[in-house]
Amino acid sequence: MSLEFLLASAIGALAAGGFWLVLRARTFDVILGLTLLSYAVNLFLFAAGRLNPGRTPLLKEGVAPLLANYTDPLPQALVLTAIVISMAMTALLLVMALRSHATSGSDHVDAREPGA
Amino acid sequence: MSAAALAAATVAPPLDTVAGHLPVLPMLVPLAAGALLLVLHRAPMLVKRAIAFAAALAMALAVAALALGVERLGIMVYQIGNWPSFAGIVFVADRLAVLMLGLLAVLALAALAFATGDDDRRGPHFHALFQLQLFGLAGAFLTHDLFNLFVFFEVLLAASYGLLLHGQGGERLRQGMHYVVLNLVASALFLLAVGVLYGALGTLNLSDLSARVAALPAEARPLVMAGALLLLLVFALKAALLPLYFWLPRTYAAASAPAAILFAIMTKLGVYAVLRVTLLVFGVEGFGEPLRAVLFWAGAGTVALAALGALAAARLRDLAGYLVVGSAGVLFMALGYGSIESVATALYYLAQSTLAMAALFLLADWVRRQRRGGDSLVRAEPMARAGLLGGLFAVLAVAAAGLPPLPGFLAKALLLAHAEPSGRGAVLWTVVLAASLVNVIALSRAGSRLFWQQPPVASTLAPPAPRFGERFGLLVLLAALLAATLFAAPLVDYAGGSAAQLADPASYRDAVLGLQPLPTTVPR
Repeated sequence: MSLEFLLASAIGALAAGGFWLVLRARTFDVILGLTLLSYAVNLFLFAAGRLNPGRTPLLKEGVAPLLANYTDPLPQALVLTAIVISMAMTALLLVMALRSHATSGSDHVDAREPGA
Repeated sequence: MSAAALAAATVAPPLDTVAGHLPVLPMLVPLAAGALLLVLHRAPMLVKRAIAFAAALAMALAVAALALGVERLGIMVYQIGNWPSFAGIVFVADRLAVLMLGLLAVLALAALAFATGDDDRRGPHFHALFQLQLFGLAGAFLTHDLFNLFVFFEVLLAASYGLLLHGQGGERLRQGMHYVVLNLVASALFLLAVGVLYGALGTLNLSDLSARVAALPAEARPLVMAGALLLLLVFALKAALLPLYFWLPRTYAAASAPAAILFAIMTKLGVYAVLRVTLLVFGVEGFGEPLRAVLFWAGAGTVALAALGALAAARLRDLAGYLVVGSAGVLFMALGYGSIESVATALYYLAQSTLAMAALFLLADWVRRQRRGGDSLVRAEPMARAGLLGGLFAVLAVAAAGLPPLPGFLAKALLLAHAEPSGRGAVLWTVVLAASLVNVIALSRAGSRLFWQQPPVASTLAPPAPRFGERFGLLVLLAALLAATLFAAPLVDYAGGSAAQLADPASYRDAVLGLQPLPTTVPR
């Protein structure tokens, strides 16, 4: 089994789980779902630079500075930015969910129990 | 003009002069002001307001200077850190960006003035969040890189979450939750699109992307098409295109009036991004037509459903929300129709409809406070100051429905005049005219419910008169609408120039990729 297949199925499983959780009606499930989704997205972005086992994005002496000899540093920079942003957004969402639960007494995304 | 001549025509001013930094000034000013306001969050309200207004005025001046620069020099390119365009981060100011920034500056002044009435006192961070949202919007209009577009989207969304929840109430918290989750999912999709496009094309610079898409072998097209459609999906969510608009009317109705004004331009940001990406990057054979078809039909469906929603709206603010959705739908139809003239008219339509919708949101907020039934479209006691508010409502209804003599009518008439009465043009005629009629009915119904159908009793509510700032904010928007009517011809010309500029991706490639960084003493 190739590395690509493993990574692709991991991304698929994370995204599927993430979407399933996001579609649920409880704020905590939704937040977990968004977290899983952001893992999937980050791995996907990482893979956009191709999988190059054993190669670094740092220039080495004596190795020609060609992309064939290194792994692409740009997706790694993108992933880093995306991680920071998704972490901040998750924190914001947690605060909102807690606040909503405190004011409404319900963890439903509509801030009230269905039928209530 | 040959490529070499064009490249020679777009000489960037040197970076050691202020003029060289003009393309980033409209976003640096609100960023600095936002940071300052965060630090000074305990300062007296007067100081905060002074900083906020000074920043908004400075931003407006910077936009005016940038407009002159773009007029004289053509496309202005700014390479951050003096890195060459293919490797570094690039900001580009063209006529489209200037148009959007000008609109943003007017709306920012109006929203700030209106906020001094009451809204900015409800929490300590209103002005800081407001400036940061301006920063995000200005950056999104100026950036020339897909990933930075994502980052600026996140900046402005983060600020908008704060503004939406500002002066919280239960309804705002609930709508805020939906809005934030929806946008976080959209951000995930945006990143997926960025990943697909980078994986397939190896760049995220819009000009570079455009060159590589044009040279794409046929077998690589499906993957890039998938990325393009994912990207459209994200922008369509921001712009509230069918079937992704259900969140908008309720969210906008839940926001405070100054926040709703900025939200009115955020929808148009989605339209702007679609315009930029479809014309600049995917305007080529094999991509342009299928994407335009998607845009056109989704736009037509949006216009139709938004008209029905406007008819069924229970509050004036819901009605305004559906009108925002409908105006975005008309814009997508115009973009999908795809001629240069229709894109130019769409830009004019975009500017005037944003102003009209923003004014309508402000008026709805007034009505809500002057009437016992709020802005619900039900029989209620007569409101205080019904004459003034009713007169304003009549003017804004005319503007929003696109009746003469206000610019909504001019924009619609031009749009229809440029459409062939067959094929998609026929659909455009039918949908736009039918939706206009339904909108007129919806607005007349709202007006008669609010101002005429009243039980014959005296008002028992004695609300305070609208404050000076609130009057001034509405006045700014009305003056801008009047200016858009009086100066319709130059504005349409300018929009035409923007559309022509956009339709020539080669000039962007020459300006952006052809620009050499300054000589430097530091070895690379």
